[in-house]
Amino acid sequence: MDNLIEIRGVRHAYKTKSGPLPVLDGLDITVPEGEFCAVVGPSGCGKSTLTRLVAGLMKPDAGEVWLHGQKVTSPRKTVGMAFQNPVLLEWRTILDNVILPLEIVAPSMPRRDRVARAEALLEMVGLAGFEAKRPSELSGGMRQRASLCRAIVHKPDVLIMDEPFGALDNFTREDLWQTMHDLRAKEPFTAVLITHDLRESVFLGDQVVVLSGRPARTQFILNVDLTQDRDIDVLYTQKAADMLHTLRDQIKIAQGRDPEAA
Amino acid sequence: MDSLRKIAVPVGAIVVFLLFWEALVQINNWPNYVMASPSDLPAAYAQFWELFLVGSWQTLWRTVAGLALAVLFGLLLGMIMGFSRIARDALYPLLVGFNAIPKATLVPVLALLFIGQHDFNTVMMAFLISFFPIAVSVGIGLSTLEPEYRDILRSLGASRFTIFRKIALPKTLPEFFGALKVSVTLAFIGTNLVEIVSPHGRGLGALFLSGQTNSNYPLMFAVLIALAILGIALYYGVVALERIFAGWAERQAT
Repeated sequence: MDNLIEIRGVRHAYKTKSGPLPVLDGLDITVPEGEFCAVVGPSGCGKSTLTRLVAGLMKPDAGEVWLHGQKVTSPRKTVGMAFQNPVLLEWRTILDNVILPLEIVAPSMPRRDRVARAEALLEMVGLAGFEAKRPSELSGGMRQRASLCRAIVHKPDVLIMDEPFGALDNFTREDLWQTMHDLRAKEPFTAVLITHDLRESVFLGDQVVVLSGRPARTQFILNVDLTQDRDIDVLYTQKAADMLHTLRDQIKIAQGRDPEAA
Repeated sequence: MDSLRKIAVPVGAIVVFLLFWEALVQINNWPNYVMASPSDLPAAYAQFWELFLVGSWQTLWRTVAGLALAVLFGLLLGMIMGFSRIARDALYPLLVGFNAIPKATLVPVLALLFIGQHDFNTVMMAFLISFFPIAVSVGIGLSTLEPEYRDILRSLGASRFTIFRKIALPKTLPEFFGALKVSVTLAFIGTNLVEIVSPHGRGLGALFLSGQTNSNYPLMFAVLIALAILGIALYYGVVALERIFAGWAERQAT
């Protein structure tokens, strides 16, 4: 099984007062093991629905979601999630926040091992020394770093991120992109990243999937042929500029505008 | 220096209040059947200290027992309303209606239902008057939990109970303690209501009533002060519990 995530012909509609509202219609995404898939699209096109489908929190009306060759029908222990809001538990220290998934997934793991695992991750993202702090004592960027540690502490097969850097300022965001790359080098994972930021999608993604406007289908797939280890300068090369331009045009099409006229 | 100020300021305020009260009575030359003055009180306490001790204990334990019932029942009701929309829609009007009934009207109802069970009636009243804020605040706290909090654990296959224990319950604690501060005072009022209204009552309320019957005005005022002190003690008991269990919600001054 080479493809870790396979989404085939997924359709989904929400029930609203004015009848069903289709959000996904003909979604196909394939992510090989270890790859990083960035998903972009106009706002309100059902990107967050996609994360809930992959996590098994929802079932699609039609079509199938497969993880590791198994059809997803309910939540599994093998996913990690991160959101725009870091949703840390304010009554726990940063360390205990990171440990939380282990308490569910590996209840028999000794506390000592959990702490060691969490400390190692916090060190990787530059939060060494903040283990005993409460979330309210940290900046937004630091909280998001802790949230990422929590999402991967149980070594999930799939990391699902819904605009995790959306609420951060530009420089902090670029720092976190770099952290993401460094983490991937040490802790390989397969990832789905929902984002609005084209630069982010090119910098982090191995492939970028462009969704059409609602109801969303897979409109375009860009293979990012940049080397695996990247730093932020790569975004200022001609190659990256061309890719960004292609994506920009695709977004215009997704929004229903003619790329030439716009 | 800081801790000295923390004690000195409130104590000073109380002294000023007592002086003002004393002056008010002296200047107006009120006899003590209009208003007793603080200087009348020590004599009343000295004369009836045993009754004060027994009465305070009776008032205290019945208030705490009623409040404990209110916490259990309020939490349960809040959980039901927090997790089920149907239960919320069904229970809310009933609860609001029940809460709107002046509780004094329930004293004879309880007294007839459970004739002669004075302790039980008093505890029931303390409970009935104080569970509402707890149920409502826990219900609102649970129903307004952001879905992401739930999703973090749900995506790992955690059970509803685990999500409640690890996330929903601790997250609701600040609201719970906010409500408990209101409820503790209400329970106290409920206890005293029964003590004063029902014949052959016990506790500080009954002592107040006997002061009234015997025209012992300094005793009545002494009971009022004792009630205030007991009320303060109960309130700060809840504050201490809040510090222990929900201290994380308090932001450091920056």
